[in-house]
Amino acid sequence: MSGFDIIFLGIAAVTLAAAFMVVTTHNLVHGALWLVLTLFGVAATFVLLNAAFLAVVQVVVYIGAIAILMIFAIMLTRKVMKDSGPQTNANWVVAALLGAVLFVGLAYLLGNSSAATMALPEMAANMDPVVQLGEVLVSPNAYVLPFELASVLLLAALIGSIAVAWKK
Amino acid sequence: MGDPINLISQWFNNLLLGWGLGERLVAVLSLFVGAAILVTASLLTVVALIWIERKIAGRLQDRIGPNRAGPFGLFQPFADMIKIFTKEITTPDGADKVAFNIAPVLAIASVLLIWAVIPMAATIVGTDINVGVLYIVAVGSFGIVAILMAGWSSNNKFALLGAFRAVAQMVSYEVPMVLALLVPVLLARSMGINEIVHAQGTWFIVIAPLTALIFLITSMAEVGRAPFDLIEAESEIVAGFHIEYSGMAFGMFYVSEFLHVWTIGALIATLFLGGWRGPGAETWPILGLFYFYIKTFIGYFVITWIRLSLPRVRIDQLLSFNWKFLTPLTLVILIVTAIADKLLVLAGVERWFYVLVMLAANILIAWGTVLVLKALEPKRARARQEFPPRPVAVAPKPSEN
Amino acid sequence: MISLSWYLIFAAALFSLGLYGVLSRKNAIAILMGVELMLNAVNINLVAFWRYGNLAMITGQVFAVIVFAVAAAEVAVGLALVISLYRRRSSVVADEINLMKW
Repeated sequence: MSGFDIIFLGIAAVTLAAAFMVVTTHNLVHGALWLVLTLFGVAATFVLLNAAFLAVVQVVVYIGAIAILMIFAIMLTRKVMKDSGPQTNANWVVAALLGAVLFVGLAYLLGNSSAATMALPEMAANMDPVVQLGEVLVSPNAYVLPFELASVLLLAALIGSIAVAWKK
Repeated sequence: MGDPINLISQWFNNLLLGWGLGERLVAVLSLFVGAAILVTASLLTVVALIWIERKIAGRLQDRIGPNRAGPFGLFQPFADMIKIFTKEITTPDGADKVAFNIAPVLAIASVLLIWAVIPMAATIVGTDINVGVLYIVAVGSFGIVAILMAGWSSNNKFALLGAFRAVAQMVSYEVPMVLALLVPVLLARSMGINEIVHAQGTWFIVIAPLTALIFLITSMAEVGRAPFDLIEAESEIVAGFHIEYSGMAFGMFYVSEFLHVWTIGALIATLFLGGWRGPGAETWPILGLFYFYIKTFIGYFVITWIRLSLPRVRIDQLLSFNWKFLTPLTLVILIVTAIADKLLVLAGVERWFYVLVMLAANILIAWGTVLVLKALEPKRARARQEFPPRPVAVAPKPSEN
Repeated sequence: MISLSWYLIFAAALFSLGLYGVLSRKNAIAILMGVELMLNAVNINLVAFWRYGNLAMITGQVFAVIVFAVAAAEVAVGLALVISLYRRRSSVVADEINLMKW
């Protein structure tokens, strides 16, 4: 058990515990705050995977925009400050069973696949994923088309959400 | 001899190794101690900043400022601290205790985390990550979550409204701030702050002065400093999102605001004024630290000066200024800088010609902006003329008989 | 030594928790939070495959960036819909939005 393993296990434990609290808590604003912790744990996982740029973008986009949007929406769609009543609907047992079966099945398959013995390839010291990512996102023989389509999608979402939430 | 911090850290490492600890444990421990020293130094700077700010405020407002607590009022920050320490920390009835108590801690943490990536001398930097500029933006968003938590958990409608307005302001001004931060990244060809400082043979404030100005304005809006201090306008919504906080919890918000302004000064110094660069800074790192502090103080002084000279803007003026003026302007600056940079590099011009052309481009954009604003002026002036001012109370005409 | 399967099992656990959240919660915003968990699990998978596979092929990270953009767009439109729904029906409980049921 090297130090790296312990760090990964710690981050995974915190993230999964926070995700569990997101889906089971009664107080929705608490759920949004646990979501912030989960997203931060995912960002830490990206750092462990040497994807530093993605980790920082995760914090900026998810925590700095999406989580704040959700907290705003929660605060604007309630009549009283407190939640009341159970927060689970009628088929929560089936949902829990489905989730558990899915997880057990996936874990068994992954544990017995070739991924279980794949070791970490060494990353060359002069390799910079950020530069690579930048080049590949604007190069015509690489991913410039999905990049531009994503921009158009964001523009459509921007106009659409303003149109939907416009107060007449 | 000019590199005391590395000397001290090497002595500490050797001491720990001499006690028989493993290599990696010593490395990790010295990182922790370095982080603790950085945090403590930043928080101690706030003590000095309280006095500096109040003296500057006093002088700019034609009065003396604090001069009772000690010679020249030097013990005023300690008097403030004693007052804040001895006040009771009240929690309002019905407040959400966990969120209420974590919010100030998050607010300070989000500011202290920025200090991890700022290089203070040629050999002093917390950690040299290659996405430092984006890291600064990311850490700022923690402060936004902290404000929302503070406003909501106070169980107080005014705190919630204040938090909403504060978050709307901070999230809106992040857009031109990120776009303005892209210009030094473009000019230095890297997002790492160390590389940006190394690329400043000529300071970036000469190559991109408009960008420096826009970064200054948007950072002031991010912190909540006047003229954008609607977040805590005492005359309007009392204290905004931190109404219900008292004692040390309020002290933490107070400290985080002062430290944030000092950090913005440090960022302007690093990204636009050349950081620790100066004559002789590479051979004697301690000189680099000295230059860094002077430039940070210049940035801090300019922000305080602006704060004490301008009136507060309304929330609608604030948001329309951001979306209708700053964002298009920053986009135009970014596009023009990128095109000019690419063309000049392709043409292979000398450095002084490059600087001159970039400066001319900035001046042209500023002039064009003023022209556009003037062209849009007649619409507003015409609207004013349709309703000439009328006196409300008219004196009665003298009667005939 | 951490093999690839640790990251994939971690992502699978996150995905299952998100699935439970989507299927069992009443409030529409809580359902959106579950969807966010699932999207994050997918992102972890993509980046883990990039790291453990061919480091020169940065497709994994590009895909993750596109997923960021799509998730942001989806949350924006979804929350606009929820707020508009709240204005009409004064409720965001998913079961009560049933005017179009046969």
